[in-house]
Amino acid sequence: MQIKVDRDLCTSCETCIASCPYEAIVLQEGKAFVNEYCQICRICLSVCPEGAIKEVPDVQDSADSVKDISAYKGVMVFAEQREGKVSQVAFELLSAGRRLADKLSVELFAVLLGAPESEANELIKWGADKVFLCSSGSLTSFNDEPYTDIVSKIIKEHKPEIVLTGATAIGRSFFPRVAARLHAGLTADCTSLEIEDGGRNLLAIRPAFGGNIMATIMCPDTRPQMATVRPKVMKKCACSANHTGTIVNIDVPANGKCRTKVLETAKDTDFCSINIQEAEVIVSGGRGLGNPKGFEMLKELAELVNGTLGASRAAVDEGWIPYNHQVGQTGKTVCPKIYIACGISGAVQHMVGMQSSDIIIAINKNAEAPIFNIANYGIVGDLYEIIPRLIKRIKEERG
Amino acid sequence: MKIVVCIKQVPDTAEVKINPQTNTLMRDGVPSIINPYDLHAIEAAVAIKEVMDATVTVLTMGPPQAEVALRESIAMGADEAVLLSDRAFAGSDTWATAYTLSGALKKLGFDLIFCGKQAIDGDTAQVGPAMAEFLDIPHVAYVSKINSISDTVVEVRRMMDDGYDVVETSVPVLFTVVRELNQPRFASLKGKMRAKNAQIRKLTHADIELDEKDLGLSGSPTQVKNIFAPEMKKERIVFEGSPAEQVAELHNVLKSVKCI
Repeated sequence: MQIKVDRDLCTSCETCIASCPYEAIVLQEGKAFVNEYCQICRICLSVCPEGAIKEVPDVQDSADSVKDISAYKGVMVFAEQREGKVSQVAFELLSAGRRLADKLSVELFAVLLGAPESEANELIKWGADKVFLCSSGSLTSFNDEPYTDIVSKIIKEHKPEIVLTGATAIGRSFFPRVAARLHAGLTADCTSLEIEDGGRNLLAIRPAFGGNIMATIMCPDTRPQMATVRPKVMKKCACSANHTGTIVNIDVPANGKCRTKVLETAKDTDFCSINIQEAEVIVSGGRGLGNPKGFEMLKELAELVNGTLGASRAAVDEGWIPYNHQVGQTGKTVCPKIYIACGISGAVQHMVGMQSSDIIIAINKNAEAPIFNIANYGIVGDLYEIIPRLIKRIKEERG
Repeated sequence: MKIVVCIKQVPDTAEVKINPQTNTLMRDGVPSIINPYDLHAIEAAVAIKEVMDATVTVLTMGPPQAEVALRESIAMGADEAVLLSDRAFAGSDTWATAYTLSGALKKLGFDLIFCGKQAIDGDTAQVGPAMAEFLDIPHVAYVSKINSISDTVVEVRRMMDDGYDVVETSVPVLFTVVRELNQPRFASLKGKMRAKNAQIRKLTHADIELDEKDLGLSGSPTQVKNIFAPEMKKERIVFEGSPAEQVAELHNVLKSVKCI
């Protein structure tokens, strides 16, 4: 399909130009013109007061250009590991993948590279019916090219209709290569996955424009449908020791290329960078703190409640706290039991990174701050009056 | 050494808001900028040129107005700029964008390619690695430090979720870079003068010799079905009264959820 403007109907009112999220409409010879930035989001169709904007089929859009997609069956999860241990995101994806597979009445596959068989058994407990395992030690370190070769080969042979991985440094690095090789659609950093009503298409939902909008992406004409999924947004189901499945051992392809080499692997060590994605309580600060000292106060509170420190992009950009504390679209997505937002107004880009927290507590001077729209508990007030009192009270209670 | 930097002109998303009544973006007066991560890619390339024999070409795919972003890159120190623009590219998703750009890159030639880790409008981070696949070269994503560089081998640090890896790669290679890599320079006065008068090279579909069925919308496996405003939680409790009373309520909540 493509979007075209009927030049006879267009009155040059420019309403469509203002509405287009992609800057794809410009005035050309006095009339609106849709240029190559167009993503066919169809917003302009509804805003044009003259009905001058239309969706027209492409000339080459014919039935025979559609690949045979019915040969693809099953849901596949790429289970990433670090140092031979499967990452948490893999279990989240198996839970999500199990739900999709059951809805489609198909099998759930997992792919595991560079980890031992005991880890493959874990994947079965978490819902996988079949695990493709390549336990070669050469795959324990992550290199894009061998990962791409092996995963592409498995997909070509076993033809899953849906392939998922975590939107992590690893998944987001090599999945685009797999999708490029297979000419498959890949949707980045999804926060929700559904199956289309009455069909088999995957609806992959993701934030765009810094979280200001959500978009539903689908791949109606191609298979597999691939997606990277944001860690911590899919809830883990219970694992079951009774679930059975098989392990299929595969070899490293003999003629594969690998032009990168991992020389060294280092882990973050400083106290506060304890992965904020694993924390159960996060005390988070924003521009409302006013200065870097505010974080010392928040750190004291965080230690009292067994939590860790988070921050908004504004506070990180000010240089008050390192980037690895940043929560939000350009930082990390977190899902703690309790999220305490202090002096954070609630830019959409921040809220998409923490809105699935179980309980959100917001402290802010401005009663109109958007953070209150998603908070379960709100305090309108000066955080420098509230937090020291709270710290004192917790300490008193403990004696 | 020939370095190509791929950049994108994007709306400054910090200023984009959605109209809750019409479910459409309010984009009036939102400025267009060079994607912030791409500034770090340009800086990396220009910094290499200062210590090695190298040229820096900046490439973008987009509408004619993206020329502004290219001139800004020249002002920062790039030697030449190329605009890849054609109606045939309309509706490209990340697959088709990467495929089209790789066609232009084959035409231009390269030893190193730098990209920002992702563009702030789509946030996909997919075009860089996909280009490397189409070009049959290695890539390293999320580069935060360049340890050493020669004509044949580069050693970099790549950010991982739990720390970092030190990775050695052969050349040619593509890197996507993160903010921590460097501090982008401001354009010099001399650079601005040069940018004003620079010739922008233009490439179209005819120049890159790719099959039309793999370009634009028909080459794009993904489609945007719809867009909508993010959902927000509704019910909430606001604690009122003096700070002492508010703290007492808050303390009770933390206790009730066994946080303290």
